[in-house]
Amino acid sequence: MAILAAVVGIGQTKYQTKRGDVSIAGLVREAAVNALNDSGLVWDDIDAVIIGKAPDMFEGVIMPEAYLTDALGCNGKPMIRVHTAGSVGGSTALVAASHVQSGSYKRVLTVTFEKQSESNAMWALSSKRPFSVNLNAGAGGYFAPIIREYIRRSGAPYDTGIIVAVKDRLQGALNPLAHLQLPNITKKEVEESMMLWDPIRFLESCPSSDGACAMVIAAEDMVAESPKPPAWIRGVAMRSEPTMYAGREEVSPQAGRDCAADVYKQAGISNPRKDLDCAEVYVPFSWYEPMWLENLGFAEEGEGWKLTTEGATALDGGDIPWNCSGGVLSSNPIGASGMIRFAEAARQVRGDAGNHQVEGARLALGHAYGGGAQFFSMWVVGADKP
Amino acid sequence: MRDIAIVAYSQTDCVRSAGAANEVELIMPQLSAVFDQAGLSNSQDVDFVCSGSCDYLQGAAFAFVAGVDALGAVPPIKESHVEMDAAWALCESILKIRMGHADSALVYGFGLSSPGELPIVLSQQLDPYYLAPQWIDTISLAAMQARMMLDQGLITERDMAEVVARSRANALNNPHAQLAADVSVDNLLEQELFVSPLRKHDCSPISDGAGAMVIATVDQAKEWGKPYVLISGIDHCIETHNLGMRDLTDSVSTRKAAKMAGMANGKVDVAELYAPFSHQEIILTRALGLGDETSINPSGGVLAGNLMMTSGLSRIGEVFNRIISGEAQRGIAHATSGPCLQHNLVTVLEGV
Repeated sequence: MAILAAVVGIGQTKYQTKRGDVSIAGLVREAAVNALNDSGLVWDDIDAVIIGKAPDMFEGVIMPEAYLTDALGCNGKPMIRVHTAGSVGGSTALVAASHVQSGSYKRVLTVTFEKQSESNAMWALSSKRPFSVNLNAGAGGYFAPIIREYIRRSGAPYDTGIIVAVKDRLQGALNPLAHLQLPNITKKEVEESMMLWDPIRFLESCPSSDGACAMVIAAEDMVAESPKPPAWIRGVAMRSEPTMYAGREEVSPQAGRDCAADVYKQAGISNPRKDLDCAEVYVPFSWYEPMWLENLGFAEEGEGWKLTTEGATALDGGDIPWNCSGGVLSSNPIGASGMIRFAEAARQVRGDAGNHQVEGARLALGHAYGGGAQFFSMWVVGADKP
Repeated sequence: MRDIAIVAYSQTDCVRSAGAANEVELIMPQLSAVFDQAGLSNSQDVDFVCSGSCDYLQGAAFAFVAGVDALGAVPPIKESHVEMDAAWALCESILKIRMGHADSALVYGFGLSSPGELPIVLSQQLDPYYLAPQWIDTISLAAMQARMMLDQGLITERDMAEVVARSRANALNNPHAQLAADVSVDNLLEQELFVSPLRKHDCSPISDGAGAMVIATVDQAKEWGKPYVLISGIDHCIETHNLGMRDLTDSVSTRKAAKMAGMANGKVDVAELYAPFSHQEIILTRALGLGDETSINPSGGVLAGNLMMTSGLSRIGEVFNRIISGEAQRGIAHATSGPCLQHNLVTVLEGV
């Protein structure tokens, strides 16, 4: 029943610690203009704008769509602002897609961003509220105990996280937009970096980045108007569960498993490791690669780390490369990080991923998660029209 | 496109302060109420859930996450959130149903305006480099807008007071209203100025509360066997953020949204307009071309109680209630966001 839709334009900024040369409006406009240019379209071709970002407290601008209207050429158009915690970049892409898939709009622009240099994300996350659990150490402190439980259950070797940290940075060094450019990083360097939240070391954590990511999504009958190959949207799914409840499986959340099953079913995927050519998965801390490999069905429970240590997830020689762009470990403008995963999956199937292209990629997964690993959004994009 | 209907709506009373009530305590009674109305037991019985709220009202990042605890989201559900009035959460839900990924949805919104100073808090919605550092509050901006209208002879202070008197009188019949009274226009005009030319009664009050709605395809609504109201159109439109570039005495985006939503395709018996300031009701009424055949803000509108992040959804709920009761056959609901009516949404509802 859904209208077939495809990504016809992708635009990103360079990700870096501080983009002091642009305002927030300038940052989002840069990504939007890049996406429009990539799609061969102009502002008047766009029917609606869908923006997303992580909490407003990160920059201190409340409901910033009001301020960003002009920068995004949205005067006289519908505009919507999505906020679903860390998964927001992915959710925003899905809400944007729904504008087209519902038959309501023909071509939409979607933009996500974060300008972390104008904020302090960790402390924005730590404001004390009465009668609720206080999160005083940011996301790393929240996830470290869950990672420890994964290690305990799976018996994964000590250096699994280190391998991911090195792999994603080496891949990031192939992507000129990636924030961290560490082409000579070694396991020893990662191992010797400061322990932040045991077992997460400094170099096993994502950076804080400024940046924005944008896409143009078009209905089937408009796709041919854009010159470059489209990335057909083959499946879309979202799932949420509460932060805490009795018996909650925090290492491999049910919401993630259900979301993956839903999106695979839509895309006709029965064996994700075999059927997909690559995946861009939200891995903000190194150990989340083996954990998500299991949660997303690429490996049996307790076996995810084997794919990592065997090199199966590496662009260089792996059968199912993960995060060829360098992933969240190489660039993390929080609100945009999920959309970058979705956009990089689309770049792969468009054959437009530059030096980090997976040769012959036809089908790719984009994944984002947020909150206490409780909000999930995913899409599968393909080179082939379904 | 699939026909979509509202099946249930409920909201809290508008109160000056909900005290220490948290998100779950605000939301749950409203969810129970709409589930009861629709004959459902919990959010597992709908295909999609979407909410609207604003972290800055609660004063914490991810304040909406706590709302998920009210949903019974075990096993996990399909759920999303907009940092906007819940009327836009309704928009997102409608897209989801139109694309065939859901046949029904729960929409809810909530806000605690009382812990902060709302007009000052909302000043941080302005351009962060040029306007927000001046801490221009929402009341001052609205006062400037009203002043322009007065200076251009488009309205008089009496016109504004008439809006307020009608709101207070209509609110006498609205059990959720925070401000209701039988007051004369002359009496209102005798009140002192607050932020000139606005008097306090020209401004909507600070209110805490929540609202919830269940929507479904018409086929699903029929299967549930409950009365329903058709959403025959919904669209929205935003304008420039630069106040100097807009004609603040008009609302071009409201007119455009109404056109896109198909308001003109029939008679408008009732209109609920989200006008946080008295003069804005006049702007909206004129922008929409509403005449005597339309009952405007029979609930009292948001001058009688303004549930931030839910007032837009609440306008839609009010029209739904009036069509269900047989008081009206067709109506429109308006929602707004941003300073001086920057962003506007129009929903057209029809009885069956």
